[in-house]
Amino acid sequence: MTDYPIFEHDVIVIGAGGAGLRAAIEASANGVSVGLICKSLLGKAHTVMAEGGMAAAMGNVDDRDNWKVHFSDTMRGGQYVNNWRMAELHAKEAPDRVRELEAWGAVFDRTKDGKILQRNFGGHRYPRLAHVGDRTGLELIRTLQDHGVHQGIEVYMEVTVVSLLKDGGRVIGCLAYEREHGRFRVFKCKALVLATGGIGRAYKITSNSWEGTGDGHALAYDAGAELIDMEFIQFHPTGMVWPPSVRGILVTEGVRGEGGILKNNEGRRFMFDDIPDNYKNQTASDPEEGWRYVQGDKNANRPPELLTRDHVARCINREVKAGRGSPHGGVYLDIAWIKEKLPNSVEHIKKKLPSMYHQFMQLANLDITTTPMEVGPTTHYVMGGVRVDADTQESSVPGLFAAGECAAGINGANRLGGNSLSDLIVFGKRAGEYAAKFAQENQAGTINKDEVAAKAKAALQPFEREGGENPYAIQHDLQELMQANVGIVRTQDEMVEALNGLDLLRNRSAKTFVPGNIDFNPGWHTALDLHNLLIVAEAITLSAIERQESRGGHFRDDFPEKDPAFAKFNFAVKKTEDGAMSVSRIPIPEMPDELKQVIEEMG
Amino acid sequence: MARATFSIRRGGRETAELVDYQTDVTEGMVVLDAVHQIQAESAPDLACRWNCKAGKCGSCSAEINGMPRLMCMTRLDTIDLTQKVTIEPMRAFPPVKDLITDVSWNYEVKKRIKKFKPRKPDAEDGTWRIQQEDVDRVQEFRKCIECYLCQDVCHVLRDHAKHQEFIGPRFLVYSAALEMHPLDTEDRTGDLKDLFGIGYCNITKCCTKVCPEHITITDNAIIPLKERVVDEHYDPIGKLVKLFRKEKG
Ligand SMILES: Cc1cc2nc3c(=O)[nH]c(=O)nc-3n(C[C@H](O)[C@H](O)[C@H](O)COP(=O)(O)OP(=O)(O)OC[C@H]3O[C@@H](n4cnc5c(N)ncnc54)[C@H](O)[C@@H]3O)c2cc1C
Ligand code: SF4
Ligand code: SF4
Ligand code: FES
Repeated sequence: MTDYPIFEHDVIVIGAGGAGLRAAIEASANGVSVGLICKSLLGKAHTVMAEGGMAAAMGNVDDRDNWKVHFSDTMRGGQYVNNWRMAELHAKEAPDRVRELEAWGAVFDRTKDGKILQRNFGGHRYPRLAHVGDRTGLELIRTLQDHGVHQGIEVYMEVTVVSLLKDGGRVIGCLAYEREHGRFRVFKCKALVLATGGIGRAYKITSNSWEGTGDGHALAYDAGAELIDMEFIQFHPTGMVWPPSVRGILVTEGVRGEGGILKNNEGRRFMFDDIPDNYKNQTASDPEEGWRYVQGDKNANRPPELLTRDHVARCINREVKAGRGSPHGGVYLDIAWIKEKLPNSVEHIKKKLPSMYHQFMQLANLDITTTPMEVGPTTHYVMGGVRVDADTQESSVPGLFAAGECAAGINGANRLGGNSLSDLIVFGKRAGEYAAKFAQENQAGTINKDEVAAKAKAALQPFEREGGENPYAIQHDLQELMQANVGIVRTQDEMVEALNGLDLLRNRSAKTFVPGNIDFNPGWHTALDLHNLLIVAEAITLSAIERQESRGGHFRDDFPEKDPAFAKFNFAVKKTEDGAMSVSRIPIPEMPDELKQVIEEMG
Repeated sequence: MARATFSIRRGGRETAELVDYQTDVTEGMVVLDAVHQIQAESAPDLACRWNCKAGKCGSCSAEINGMPRLMCMTRLDTIDLTQKVTIEPMRAFPPVKDLITDVSWNYEVKKRIKKFKPRKPDAEDGTWRIQQEDVDRVQEFRKCIECYLCQDVCHVLRDHAKHQEFIGPRFLVYSAALEMHPLDTEDRTGDLKDLFGIGYCNITKCCTKVCPEHITITDNAIIPLKERVVDEHYDPIGKLVKLFRKEKG
């Protein structure tokens, strides 16, 4: 039997996006030794792509803002199936976490009086998103990375974790391989934080990078943790649709925040046609009021383009299906029109949305300062993930913590834009703090070498099945299956079909073959990712079948209405003894009176 | 539908060769799409780095027909496809496999640069007041996506391999962002002169030309840094004169 090298730290963090970096910084600041593992190079995680900003009720632009408004906006956006305690902590702590970034060197855009500037975003009542042009994620990740490297955190780049290791009931490490030579490594720890991000790669059209294969979701699930809210997937309304090779790439909501409007091929601003009741009194009554809102008029209500993402995505879907779409199956997003309002609109757009300007110029040959963009929904974010304790971010498996997109609770049925970056720093910090505490209070466990050897052997099988199938083909079919059957609009029949399809794909994935040697072999990595994608896809489908209503990111054609009975619980999936996936209902605890009152006050 | 031939470096740290692959080209495709298509069709073990596919992460740097570019932002309709298109890894760093290079040196360099050290907060609540015009320049530098294309073209690194003595344009930009940060109180000019080899740069501006973020590396970062180094370390009288002038307004 091979002995794999063992790397030992008090706390291991898997993932170097905003959540993982913030967790590692905090754990290290608490005096424990920290190892940080990531699949890509440091600084390249998905977080780097975030554009619009991070939500924190600092009240720099509108002093009516405070944590209570942010809390109630988040709960409303999440359609009240959020973990209210997480929503509360998030709203209260985000301002401090953002200011701390400034102390670590982040350079946000400024208000006239020199404070951190905040911008409007969908579902946020006041301008709340701290931002840097449209590259806020880059600023976040670089600030944390540059701060973190001086803290003595050991970073293991281009290392992929394939399994968590347990001793009794507790997580005590993980098995990983380094991509360069495909060599296995054992990481031993007292506490482990998952911060692996999202699952977008389970769908064909997505804004996510290759990393978004739901690894953390699957690692936690295999280790016995519960995944909740998996039916809630956020389809961002505005992804690029043309040319085909960029389909899915995100067009930031910031475009609409700066005054961009949505139109169909008849030139109609269709978002005014369908405004949900619970947002009626917060939405502009005509285009003029909408424009005043984006210009900062505090007495105006927001334009309907800034309604929550689930709603905007469905409206676009409807226009396209009704034949009112743009030539390539989207609708028009127009920011160029603001030239009617602003004399220097071209400069203004370039200044406020520089990377959108470049993205369209370079990838689509289109000048957004003069021409409307074509956009359509793209799989963007998963609200579901590892079920964690709100205060500590610990999962139901001792020693296993989760933060960021791979954890669930704060967003409920739908995440508001900007609430992810702030989630990363608020709960990344908490996860780091409590993981460090757990490590200080517990001894290291014992690695079971036989388990390690068996897992490593299983991972190597794709090299041995000469004549087996190309993993890319299976991944492709899985993405098509999920896109077609468990997408924006769902029905029972299609989802059952998806489950059957997933069974077939599971069989096929057990027979993959990859040629070539093990060094940096993306075919092999794709073969291993299939295991994770299949778990995630099944979890989404099973949970979506159970939720026989429409709410937030989950919309069912056969149950188009919201059903108050379903507001009382979250669905959780878990691995049973025999390896099958079970779904159960977890009742949402009663909200304390103070919080109920906050929601009432805020209207 | 057109077919095009891509000649891609295949091989490891020691030996490699250019291997030809054909694939279909459709409207709007970028070089990275072609590489992915080749991976899925005929070379599943072809190694390349990428993440965002939108010019935001700086992972997919390569030399396309000898030009340092981001593969995800290079459209095929800007390249002559009647000829073979060569795709090779960056040359200023050791090759690892296929299109992947060992860029770890960059991470080591960054660690050696003194970290951000802010002045005391301006307000009671621990926050600062900064005017937008005072951070415009720093924000330009902070757009850097660490693609290392500038490092790749800089002759000091590429041709003269001065990796031990010179930190390269990327880290001069990084140092400039810290030095010009309105809150920062650290002094890095000594290190720039003695340890980081700012003197090696002879302002050829090749770095500025390849920067996908259009950062004016030489004019806005390196030249002002060089001036600071001169002011601090070679020209105490000049420094005094400048100070004096400043005070007079
Ligand atoms: C284009 C775009 C724009 C966005 N804009 C905004 C915005 O403006 N505001 C906002 O709030 N949110 C935004 N979001 C959402 C937000 O960016 C993400 O939800 C968030 O960055 C996720 O961060 P994270 O730290 O949880 O994970 P990520 O940043 O996704 O990082 C995951 C990390 O885990 C590592 N990893 C994964 N699996 C493994 C494994 N098996 N082994 C080892 N390492 C592993 C990866 O290498 C990576 O380092 C945007 C998302 C996209 C795609
Ligand atoms: S200007 Fe200086 S740093 Fe830039 S490429 Fe030329 S020598 Fe290198
Ligand atoms: S300065 Fe420009 S070329 Fe250099 S690493 Fe940064 S983005 Fe790339
Ligand atoms: S893939 Fe991110 S810059 Fe090219």
